[in-house]
Amino acid sequence: MTAAHRSEWARVVASLTRRFGDLDLAEESAAEAFAVAVERWPVDGVPPNPGAWLTTTANRKAIDRIRREAKRVGKHEEADMLYDPEPPPSLGVVEDERLRLIFICCHPALAPESRVALTLRMVGGLSVPEIARAFLVQESAMGQRITRAKAKIKAAGIPYRVPAAKDLPARVSGVLAVLYLVFNEGYLATDPAADPVRAELTGEAIRLTRLVHGLLPEDGEVAGLLALMLLTDARRTARVSSSGELVALEEQDRGSWNADLIAEGHRLVRERLAAARAGTAPGRYQILAAINAVHTSARHAADTDWSQVVTLYDQLARLDRSPIVALNRAVAAAELDGPAAGLAAVDRLADALDGYHPFHAARADLLRRLGRRAEASAAYERAIELAGNSAEIAALARRRGRLFPDGPATPAG
Amino acid sequence: MQYLLSVVHDGPSPEVAEEQAAIDVFNQQMKDDGYWVFAGGLGMPTNATVVDSRGEQPVITDGPFVETKEFLIGFWIIEAPDLDVALGLATEGSKACNRKIEVRPFL
Repeated sequence: MTAAHRSEWARVVASLTRRFGDLDLAEESAAEAFAVAVERWPVDGVPPNPGAWLTTTANRKAIDRIRREAKRVGKHEEADMLYDPEPPPSLGVVEDERLRLIFICCHPALAPESRVALTLRMVGGLSVPEIARAFLVQESAMGQRITRAKAKIKAAGIPYRVPAAKDLPARVSGVLAVLYLVFNEGYLATDPAADPVRAELTGEAIRLTRLVHGLLPEDGEVAGLLALMLLTDARRTARVSSSGELVALEEQDRGSWNADLIAEGHRLVRERLAAARAGTAPGRYQILAAINAVHTSARHAADTDWSQVVTLYDQLARLDRSPIVALNRAVAAAELDGPAAGLAAVDRLADALDGYHPFHAARADLLRRLGRRAEASAAYERAIELAGNSAEIAALARRRGRLFPDGPATPAG
Repeated sequence: MQYLLSVVHDGPSPEVAEEQAAIDVFNQQMKDDGYWVFAGGLGMPTNATVVDSRGEQPVITDGPFVETKEFLIGFWIIEAPDLDVALGLATEGSKACNRKIEVRPFL
């Protein structure tokens, strides 16, 4: 049932939304149809075409709802005009439908947190309590957020269609931002009360990005984001130690990385590299994926092709002038030019990144390598104060502890 | 659907001649494309008067009903098939009048 739910949910919601022009009705009727399936399939057996069965059942449920509502307000004639569901449209049309659903859920006129919630509900088929738990929000608050978003879609006239060609790149980038946010929240939860890594969110983000990649196979950034997620998720199990600490990339057991995900990610990156050679300038996700491809190509951390990584960060910096990109470049460059040069480059970002814990963690590591232990300890301390993820805090505390193996740090001077 | 495009004034600069010229071009284009319903520019909030007649006697007060740095300085009412079209027009309108625009559907 779960498998059918996951793969058919978006199709059912999308086709009902097109037919009835009402996201709310589509969602509720789809949920009813799936509930009937949970009850009946274990007894009657799974129908030969589960997707068609679910769509037909959901259509009937939607018509029942419209009839009930019409009778309630005394519109018998309208209610009687509704007949059985129309025949299911051909597969190509259905594929388009899901794309429309994704674009409406990620519409820029909705608040970013609503886009995430709506996408997980309408496209991902997660229940409201599941989404509320994933983002540590009260169930009622999450329900309200989704209800408000649906109400705005209706009242403000947000259209159910794939955007015009001229708007498409910006809108696709909005969709990818939502998917990347879901992935990152799963990969490095920002809340100390959450599990440090939540595979249900990373898995869902990958599943949805695969769907978008299938629908827009020509879009390089979609392929780039999928590759980035696969190459990141491949390292998931190596990333948290048995004692619940985050393990840095250079300390991870590379043998436990998921070879299948890496192979798939590398294949996508190679395709994008070929496109780049043919003249298509890569966007940020493709460059980030390429950086991760370099890391996952090294059998040992010492084999990492750092000059390649630095070149890619330079390319990224041309697209994105943010100090976070500059920080990552500086950390990679330190592997080539040494920790002193690295620290000088990192320190130049102090004003912009003082509130960003990876800045202090990077500084601390460079100071440690330079033997400036007291300063390193203070920098770890600051990183720990600012970090939210429990596994990351544990790893930072361990690294700080290793500075002074004989006892607690004593402030210098 | 009809939408109200409210022009929000949030800077010290009053309208300049180039902006008015750009707005005229935009207005004409909206009329030609069939989106235009109505539009208007407003006087400064300091010249506003508030009337409250919910009680027995109407109360008339000088000034806007709420003092803010941002205020409404003009508006368009447009007819558009959906929000994407309205947002597209607001994007052009914002550029023409050099101010931000709030897009709101009529009931």
